[in-house]
Amino acid sequence: MSQSNHEMQSDHHDHGDHHNDSLKLHHELAIEGVSCASCVTKIEKALRAVPGVEHAEMNFAQRTAMVMGKVTDDALVTAVKAAGYGANPINATSEDDALDAKEEADRAYYKKLMRKTWIALALGGPLMLYALVTGEVNVNTNEERIAWLVVGILTGGVLYVSGRHFFVGAWKSFVNHSANMDTLIALGTGTAWLYSMVVVFFPEAVPAQARHVYFEATAIIIGLIDLGLALEVRARGKTSEAIKRLIGLQAKTARVVRDDAEVDIPIKDVLLGDVVRVRPGEKIPVDGDVLEGHTAIDESMLTGEPMPVEKGVGDEVVTGTLNKTGSFLFQATRVGKDTALAQIINMVKRAQNSKPPIGRLADIISAYFVPVVMIIAVFSALAWLNFGPAPAIALAIVSATTVLIIACPCALGLATPMSVMVGVGKAAEAGVLIRNGEALQTASKITAMILDKTGTITLGSPKVTDIVVASDESEEKVLQLAASLESGSEHPLALAIVESAKERGLTPGKVTNFNAIAGHGVEADIENQHVLFGNEKLMKERDINIADYVEQAQALASEAKTPMYFAIGQQLAAIIAVADPIKEDSIEAIKRLQHNGIRVVMLTGDNRDTAKAVAEKANITEFFAEVLPDQKADKVAELQMQNEIVGMTGDGINDAPALALANVGFAIGTGTDVAIESADITLMRGSLHGLADAIAVSKATLRNIKQNLFGAFIYNVAGVPVAAGVLYPVIGVLMNPVIAGAAMAFSSLTVVSNANRLRLFKAQEH
Amino acid sequence: MIVVNIAGLGLILLIVWWFWLYKAKEVELVDGAINVVVENGTYQPSRIKLAAGESATLQFLRKDSNPCAGTVLFPDLEISEELPIDTVKTITLPTLTEGEYEFNCQMKMYRGTLLVE
Repeated sequence: MSQSNHEMQSDHHDHGDHHNDSLKLHHELAIEGVSCASCVTKIEKALRAVPGVEHAEMNFAQRTAMVMGKVTDDALVTAVKAAGYGANPINATSEDDALDAKEEADRAYYKKLMRKTWIALALGGPLMLYALVTGEVNVNTNEERIAWLVVGILTGGVLYVSGRHFFVGAWKSFVNHSANMDTLIALGTGTAWLYSMVVVFFPEAVPAQARHVYFEATAIIIGLIDLGLALEVRARGKTSEAIKRLIGLQAKTARVVRDDAEVDIPIKDVLLGDVVRVRPGEKIPVDGDVLEGHTAIDESMLTGEPMPVEKGVGDEVVTGTLNKTGSFLFQATRVGKDTALAQIINMVKRAQNSKPPIGRLADIISAYFVPVVMIIAVFSALAWLNFGPAPAIALAIVSATTVLIIACPCALGLATPMSVMVGVGKAAEAGVLIRNGEALQTASKITAMILDKTGTITLGSPKVTDIVVASDESEEKVLQLAASLESGSEHPLALAIVESAKERGLTPGKVTNFNAIAGHGVEADIENQHVLFGNEKLMKERDINIADYVEQAQALASEAKTPMYFAIGQQLAAIIAVADPIKEDSIEAIKRLQHNGIRVVMLTGDNRDTAKAVAEKANITEFFAEVLPDQKADKVAELQMQNEIVGMTGDGINDAPALALANVGFAIGTGTDVAIESADITLMRGSLHGLADAIAVSKATLRNIKQNLFGAFIYNVAGVPVAAGVLYPVIGVLMNPVIAGAAMAFSSLTVVSNANRLRLFKAQEH
Repeated sequence: MIVVNIAGLGLILLIVWWFWLYKAKEVELVDGAINVVVENGTYQPSRIKLAAGESATLQFLRKDSNPCAGTVLFPDLEISEELPIDTVKTITLPTLTEGEYEFNCQMKMYRGTLLVE
């Protein structure tokens, strides 16, 4: 350990030096087109030749090059390209920079799409107006042919400038045997434009009534789809606001003590073991333990807990939280990707991209969607050609184009992920970390919630309240022996006894033959005496007479205290009662759950009377008492047998099997224990309100997904047949391709906007 | 008209064959790594052959501005990574057992398969 610390320290100094002279910059490149080991020498040589490069090394296996030196990435990329290979800088920037880069890229893409939109609409708009006003879009005379030829070429230009990306994308995916949105748009607009050009060049090839041109439709459709995409890019940016806020919590620099001086360094350079200074009003840059000083820290941004938390020497401080009052020093215990905040960001990101089961059908459909639409388009064209009225060929072209244009797999594909993204983010803002989409969906269906008593409903830090002496021993002696016995245990009740002995200045004695009897108590030998400490069951099993004190124990239990019997030899020596107060807001939070129709059940290892008293205080009518740790999962199963969808809430450590078995396992964290593996949902603050919040957010998200899926299904199921012309034989209506273009462009935007409505959701109101 | 109908039906068969029945050629890894370019609505290559029980590194380079290209998901492996534009993102896969594993964008418009043998 000391060895590794030493190494860490020396590395730390190296690192510091590099930073201080700030001459060396680190670059990493991904190299393309490397086929043999001999290329490596060539590339390394090219990189080393760049002025400013101090060191260049290529990893052939990974196709990456590592370069040290004060140069720009561009210079390195150019050098590699000049040597005949391809190179791209590998992203080694912080989350923050990556986010900025993404926003910048989105903004540029938005601008580009808007430019394309205006170009397409500038031609399409007047053309459509002309068509509407004059109704003259036919090619009959030579003059008309020339005029429409000019328009056709201009529309071709629009297709090139504003719609090229659809055609390139369609072609590339076609070559790859796949089809997507681009395929449909390219086929639709391409068909309309080609047909119109055929009419212009060879009017004789089509019947006189069918000599329509569809240039205006082509230009307008391209314009509208570009517009829809642009607005979608903008709306999508909003869906990741929650993650942006979390990333924004990260401080950019840390004030680290190096060589007896405090220096500001970028947080990525903070090393494990570094001593960091934080002043009032500053953010905590990395996770660590307080070494010196005292302060109050606002952790609300992570836990949702509004009250600042007092911190002194030895207490843990967490990245991203805000130091309110004092200046203090702490030692970094987790840095970089290991900090609680980094893990939270990672977990939220992962959950945002996972899909709840409800989205699976849409996934399956969207995988087959595009080719099916293409087949429908061919069928509809054939149907019009075979059975349609004159001009059959024009109607066939219109219906095929409209089918291709109106179909929107995007709306289907976006329906679930957009809502999950916003919902999971919203939950994180309330201090609720949802592991994945499945947990999100199941949480919305919970019908019964099991709450562990200690540490969940109660504070989990019990105190000794009564010592009823039943022998000649003094209160001090009994407490001293009990504390000796419990000093090795980590059970909250044991901690209370040890703590109480410490407060009275009692020193624990030496313990031999220690034996823990799960769910019952403990026994050991102390000072040549055999002592036994535990519940009524244990005393009865060991034939210790407690008859005279049972009533007193019950009286203590009815006050929500936990009485425990303490025996020396075969003689009862005392009853020690411990009480664990109910958290301030537990009662209100339980009421919220019950108000939402959820059956709330309490679970505890405590005796029946204590359990009853706590349950009554918390307004819980159903409880399981005297449950051994390994029986908790059985209770979950018992409720599941009653067809309940069971949520189990515990501290995540002792309750792992029950949390895992429950339909949704909720772990109550303390703001830092984010990676509680057995839980589906982690509540970062201790309050049970997190449960009701989690369920409310899940319900709202699921409702949102259902609206989106319903909208997208109905849109496609109704839109495609209408576009194919099923209404024509009934009411003589055939959809205009321009209308189809508008509908398609705004269908995905509608989905994203509906998901964005979730941002306004307030969990506490439910 | 018969010719048109036969051509139409032929076109449908062609669509079925091209998009569903045909499997693209697999590309194998070199020294445990491969570059995957995200461009024009596709992953290139889209079918990647891996050896079972060996770890592999995929280096994604996104050249496509479409927001859909921004995230790549491996649903079976619970991996989801954001792909910054014009920057290589390295994704290290865990060792896999035999089978086919899909990777895709959020909307499944960009799709690829890992073929583990």
